[in-house]
This record gives sequence, structure tokens and C-alpha cells, in this order.
Amino acid sequence: MDLSLIIMQLLSGIALGAVLVITALGLTIVFGMLGVVNFAHGALFMIGAYAGLYLASLTGSFWWGLLLAPVLIGAFGMLIEFVLIRRLYGRSIDDPLLLTFGLSYILVEGVRIVFGSDGIPFPTPSQLIGVLDLGIGFFPRYRLFVIALVAVVLLVLWLTLEKTRIGLIVRAGARDPTIMQVLGVDISRVWLAIFGLGVGLAALGGVLAGPMRSVNPEMGSLVLAEAFVVTVIGGLGSIVGAVVAGLMVGISISLVALFAPEMATIVMFALMAIVLLIRPQGLFGVRGRTA
Amino acid sequence: MTSPSSGEAVAKPPSGGLGWLLEQRVLLSIAVLAVLPWLLPSQALAVNVLIYGVVVMGYNLLFGYTGLLSFGQAAFFGAGAYFTGIAIGRYGVPWFAAVPVAVLLSTCLAAAIGIVSTRTRGIYFSMVTLALAQLVYYVALQASSFTGGENGLRGFTVDRISLFGFPVNFLDPVNKYYVLMAFAALTMWFQSRILNSPFGAVIEAIRENEQRARACGYDVERSKLIVFMLSGAISSLGGCMLALHLSIVPLDILHYQTSGMIVMMVLLGGTRSFFGPFVGAASFLILEDVISLWTPHWQIFVGAIFVLFVLFLPKGIWGTLLDALGIGKARP
Repeated sequence: MDLSLIIMQLLSGIALGAVLVITALGLTIVFGMLGVVNFAHGALFMIGAYAGLYLASLTGSFWWGLLLAPVLIGAFGMLIEFVLIRRLYGRSIDDPLLLTFGLSYILVEGVRIVFGSDGIPFPTPSQLIGVLDLGIGFFPRYRLFVIALVAVVLLVLWLTLEKTRIGLIVRAGARDPTIMQVLGVDISRVWLAIFGLGVGLAALGGVLAGPMRSVNPEMGSLVLAEAFVVTVIGGLGSIVGAVVAGLMVGISISLVALFAPEMATIVMFALMAIVLLIRPQGLFGVRGRTA
Repeated sequence: MTSPSSGEAVAKPPSGGLGWLLEQRVLLSIAVLAVLPWLLPSQALAVNVLIYGVVVMGYNLLFGYTGLLSFGQAAFFGAGAYFTGIAIGRYGVPWFAAVPVAVLLSTCLAAAIGIVSTRTRGIYFSMVTLALAQLVYYVALQASSFTGGENGLRGFTVDRISLFGFPVNFLDPVNKYYVLMAFAALTMWFQSRILNSPFGAVIEAIRENEQRARACGYDVERSKLIVFMLSGAISSLGGCMLALHLSIVPLDILHYQTSGMIVMMVLLGGTRSFFGPFVGAASFLILEDVISLWTPHWQIFVGAIFVLFVLFLPKGIWGTLLDALGIGKARP
């Protein structure tokens, strides 16, 4: 086997992993701060892809779709938190999970009503069509762009959480919401924003995945399983875990596809089972966090 | 938590008219099932209620009684169906032997998934069961020479079966209903025995307070694994019934949407009641039937109704009804 081929496949894996990282990050941030597992995350990813496509065709530019879809769907996520999820804080941990599961049915069927059940092609933006010569081989420009954009988003997120006052409030709120309230922080507004951020990240993942996968109402169900695998491997609630596990899963799928294509979809589940047998709390999870 | 301990409920059954009647929950449930084809608009619907009732009953053992919210029950439902179909179609095993073989193999699958997933707790458990069940889905999709892949399993038919020397025509819906009802009755008896046993008290103790159950000296991990396997075994029997009923096994049966449907059914009916799963299966299937008559987008309504149940009626139809009659607490 050619070494350059393996390197190219590795790069493909990183691009695939980058989309997984962004999507799983939304799931894990919402769980880490709110203790809610959003079962509608995959459906919101799918809606993000549709919104990106619609806005791109409306404005005539992919870039507007990429910018506006996460913002709009994120705002929609805040509406969901305000109307539905908020009522369930303090109830059994299963209730938000069940509610968002029911919600995913509504969202998927809603998209079928508006856009139909068939897949729609998502054109690659004209500036990013074609391949780039990396010296050892040719790599699609669009995938390089995805890797770069995700890296930037991660950097901004990390800086916001670690270096700003907002990040301080968010981190403290995850540890002890009661104390934050005593200190005069309206914690319900923080939760609203966090849920919106999580949904916005799902939508961003959807828009980015658009040109790489076909856009159809069912695309969210595979993504949900993938995002679950990534968060379970990385450790629920851990941001570093989501990044490491997302890249791990993407690279393994890509490399296995090279040698045994029929095993590609199965490998991530096997990876998860192995990690769980060794570390039930995930690679970067804290023991007892999931109780 | 100050809820009444379940051990007490087992030791001291409620006395008096209604209480005594509810003591006979197995006989009572069987009596309802015996007249079900005449209560529902169609016999095909009644057969489906039987099948899904058994599947959901198995799931309720895990979710309702032990408090483990699994999102992977479709794996066992599907395994029961696939193993039955493969045994009959590929290896020529007679149907009455294929069913126990399928249940046994599915229980082994449940043991394998259970060993990995019961190591995790809370929401982790839901995510891991969903992911492992999707693994089963993709394996069935890839192993198409055995399972028919995307087209589902075909090539086996059960139309005329012999029951202790008597020929039974499986093409006649009423004959079929009563043969399949025997499976449902057996399941009810078996599940009632489990719930009335000391093991039944242990799993309810785990649901109420896992740490306390552990402190009392119960082996929580092993109990969870056993209940996971029992639950998988019962749900896989529902899969066997589906294979006998349809003579095909669609791949969709393994998808996590099916797991979600099972969760919806148990929540519609009521999670902690014995007969709730059948009420849930019946109401879901009737709802699907009625709404799909006037719109192809029935799922949007099912989703909305489910959201409303989570928000306002978490005990489900049957559980709420029992509560209203004041007998929900006495007989959980």
C-alpha cells in the first residue's frame, strides 16, 4: 500500500472527524451544563443542513447560508429550551431525553412536509470546487476548508470559555448553579444561551456536512448515533474528549474504509465497546459524573 | 425517597373487591386479550397489538420496573424475528423448534450487549444501548447473504402449521391470533412470576435507590445484567411472533426508530403497570391507523402526542387510570 494514499485517507478522516467534533461538541456542552441529553440533536443537524441549503439558494451565496443557518437554528433552539425543556428541570433525568425524542419526530416529519422525502444535492461553493496539490497527492479544497473552519471555531470556543468573563460564569454555573444565583447571576439565561449554542453547533455541523453527504430528512439519525458514540468515547460533558474522540472516530472510519469498506460503519461502534470495557466513563470523563 | 417499598407490596397484597380482582392480573389480562379481536376495528390490528404488547412488556421489565432507559430494545425484537426466519428458511427447522432457538440466541445477544452497557449508568446507558443496537442494525445490513440486507429477510413461509397433530391454518387470521395469543399468555405468566419473586423486589429496589440496594447487599450489577437478558428474551419472543405472522422480516425492525416506538408505546400505556404495555401498544397502533387515514404525515402527530404525554401525563393512560381509581399504589 502506498504511503501517500494512507496520508490522504488520514486527511479525509480528519475532515470527517471535524464535522463529528462540531456536532458532538453541541451535544456534550448541553449535557455538561444543563444535564440534558438532546435526542433531537440529529434532527437539528439535519434542519441545519436544509436551512443552509435554503438560505444559500435564497441569497445566492453559500457563505450566507453558512453564517445565517447556525444563528437562526440556534435561536430556534433557544425557543425550544424556553417553551419545552425548561419545564423539565428538576424532574427525572429521563424526561428531557424522552421529550426531545418526541420532538425529533415532529422536526423530521415537518421537514418532509416542507421539502419532501427525497434527498436534495447540496452544491459545493464555487470557490472551493476542485482539488489542491499537497505535493504528495490531491485533496479536495472543500474538505481542507472544513478542517480549517472547525479549528477556528474550536479556538474561539476555547478562548471564550477559558479567558472571558462569560466563560467564567458558564463554567461556574455548570459546577454550582445555586451559588451563581446567590451571586446575582440569572442562571436561566445562561442555560438558554448554552442550549442555543449547542443547537447552533449542530446546525453548523449540518451545513458543513451538506456538500459531503446527501441532504435528506433521515440524515440526522445516523449523525445522532455517531454523535453519541463520540461523546461516549470522549466522556460525556468533556469538551477535550469530544475533540479527541471525534478525530479518532473519523480517522478510524476513513482508514478502515481503505482496507475493509464493509466494516467502515461498524468500526466506530467496536471502538466504543472497547473503550467502555476499559473506561466506562469514557476517555476524558469523570467517574460518577453520569449517575 | 419515601415511596412505599416494593417488597411490602409483594408481601401484603391489597385485600377487598378490586384488590382481589387485580391479584388475578394474569388471568384478567388473558381474558381481555381473548376478546380483543372483537373489540378492535380489525383482526390484523389485534395481531399487531399482541406482538407489540409482548415486545413492550419485555421492555417494561427493564424501563418501568428496573428504571433502565434503554434505547436499544429493537435489537432483541429484530434478533428474535431474524433468528426465527433464518432457522425456518435456511435450515428447515420446524417453527416450534425455531422459536425457542431464536429466543435462546437473542438472549445470548442480550448478554453480550448487557455486559457492555450495564457497566454504564444513567444517560450513558441510554446512549450506549442505542449505539450498540445500531451496531446490530449495520451488521444485519452488511451480512446480506444471511439477512437479505436492505431488502429484509424473505424466503420462509409459515402458512400451515401442525399443533400437537392438529393442522392449523395460519392464513386464517383468527386461528393465527389464538396461536400467537398463547405466546402472549405465556409471557404474562412468566413476567408475573418474575415480578412476584424476590428478584422482582430487588429490581424495583434498584429503580428506587440504587445505592441503597447496593448497601443492602444486593449485587446490583449482576441483577441489572440478568434483567437485561430477561427483558431481551421476552422482547425477542415478540420478534418470533412477528416472523411467524408476516413471513418476512423487514430490516427497519432493527433501526433505532423501532426502539423509539417501543419507548413511546410503554410511555403511552404506563410504565409501572402490568397491563400498561398492551394498552400502550394498542393506543399507539390505533393512533397510527386513524391518523394515517387522513394524512401521510402521521408521525408529526405521534411526536406531538408523545411530547404532551412526557410533559403532562408521565404515568401514561393505564397508570393514570389506575391512579384515578385509587389502585395504582397498591399494585404497581
